[in-house]
Amino acid sequence: MAKLKADKISFKYSGNNKLILKDLSISLKDNQVKGLVGESGSGKSTICKILAAYEDNFQGKIQVDGLSTNSKFNPIQLIFQHPEKTMNPKWKMKQSLEESWSADNDILEKFGIKESWLNRWPNELSGGELQRFSIIRALNPKTRFIIADEITTGLDAVTQVQIWQLLLSIAKERKMGILVVSHDKPLINEICDEVVYLNDINNV
Amino acid sequence: MTFDKKKFQSPYSFLFGNINLRTKTLLIIALVGLILITIVINSLFINLDNITTNFAIKNSQPSFQHPFGTDWMGRDMLSRTMKGLGLSVTIGALASILSVVISIFLGLLSTLGKYFDYTVNGLTDLFLSIPHILLIMLISISLGGGITGIVVGVSLTHWTSLTRLLRAEIKQINTSTYVKISKNFGKTKWWIAKHHLLPLLLPQIVVGTIIVFPHAIMHEASVTFLGFGLSPHEPAIGVILAESMKYLSNGAWWLAFFPGLSLLIIVLLFDVIGDNVQRLLDPTQANE
Repeated sequence: MAKLKADKISFKYSGNNKLILKDLSISLKDNQVKGLVGESGSGKSTICKILAAYEDNFQGKIQVDGLSTNSKFNPIQLIFQHPEKTMNPKWKMKQSLEESWSADNDILEKFGIKESWLNRWPNELSGGELQRFSIIRALNPKTRFIIADEITTGLDAVTQVQIWQLLLSIAKERKMGILVVSHDKPLINEICDEVVYLNDINNV
Repeated sequence: MTFDKKKFQSPYSFLFGNINLRTKTLLIIALVGLILITIVINSLFINLDNITTNFAIKNSQPSFQHPFGTDWMGRDMLSRTMKGLGLSVTIGALASILSVVISIFLGLLSTLGKYFDYTVNGLTDLFLSIPHILLIMLISISLGGGITGIVVGVSLTHWTSLTRLLRAEIKQINTSTYVKISKNFGKTKWWIAKHHLLPLLLPQIVVGTIIVFPHAIMHEASVTFLGFGLSPHEPAIGVILAESMKYLSNGAWWLAFFPGLSLLIIVLLFDVIGDNVQRLLDPTQANE
């Protein structure tokens, strides 16, 4: 049983003395969907970035199964709120997708990605369409934990439901753990097994 | 509202008609490029009889036989100018390629770490603070003049602006989310440099090369004119202009006028190429 564990994480951005996170501990088991909620500025996105190794100037430990993650491909993948920033503007979608793994047609079809989209530039697709790509990119077979930082915010209700249903079914199939960050209370209540309030565990 | 096409016609529509802007840009680049290549190739096959001394026709004014006139030794100025221009373009090409190589190297070096960054920035400031002409003369003299001296001198003084640009671009790309994601997918630094950085920097590199070209040509001519560059035996424009100074007061205006004008036209042609290549490669201007 795999487990992602962040132990006593403290963090401040360089050039700023204010601690964003102080002695924060959070864990995520496989097959678990955990919600993370909190006010704006409480450090939700920061802990997401730290967990997925986008920030490295923090104190504390992040371990998967009791080992620190130093494999080439990071098993903890973060999906961002704004997918257009996560694609190289000079790459066609196909190239962006293959940077992670060559996804089979099955999964592309499931996410409703049309064959012609693969040969388009990122600026020729809508936010929802791009977000599907960035989710598939994160669903590399080596991925074991998904950090979803407001991934459906700003999408229409139908697309939101589609994306979450798919992501959850795939996560269940592969026994992945998902950390869901959102301001959408109904969504959190609907899909999460457990909800963590950042203000409670982060005692700044 | 109907789209009024006439309103959006470019001032050059009489030349090109209503063809696609991209095609037009490519046509201009091809045309100007062809002119420049012709000059270089032409300069290699100039009839040497035209530039051997012939005192029978010395100091003759521009005529049909000698459109640019002849000098005080009866040499055809058109042939001399063409040979000089060929030399100028060759030197320009060598100097700009060398300076861009230096820029790329230093630009990449500056992103390796904090102290590399300080060093490259300090060097850039140092080279920017010394007047170009002065530095080119010093380098050229210390290397014994000639083509080597000029090429090294020009390239060692013209890498600064492109280095700054590349440094800023690399920094920006390296902090972008898609590069960070790439690292998270387990891609190496080298892979990222090759697949993310290089394609995004290529436009700047190409435009940078072309922009240095006219500078190199002008500096070559001016340093040679002052006597610190190419030796007087070379048929360079700078040498021609320097020699003509002695005869200007005798009324031999054509000795300086035509070579100078040709040099100016060459420099302007490079400017045209630079503008058009930039328009072709810069995505924000591509559809204008």
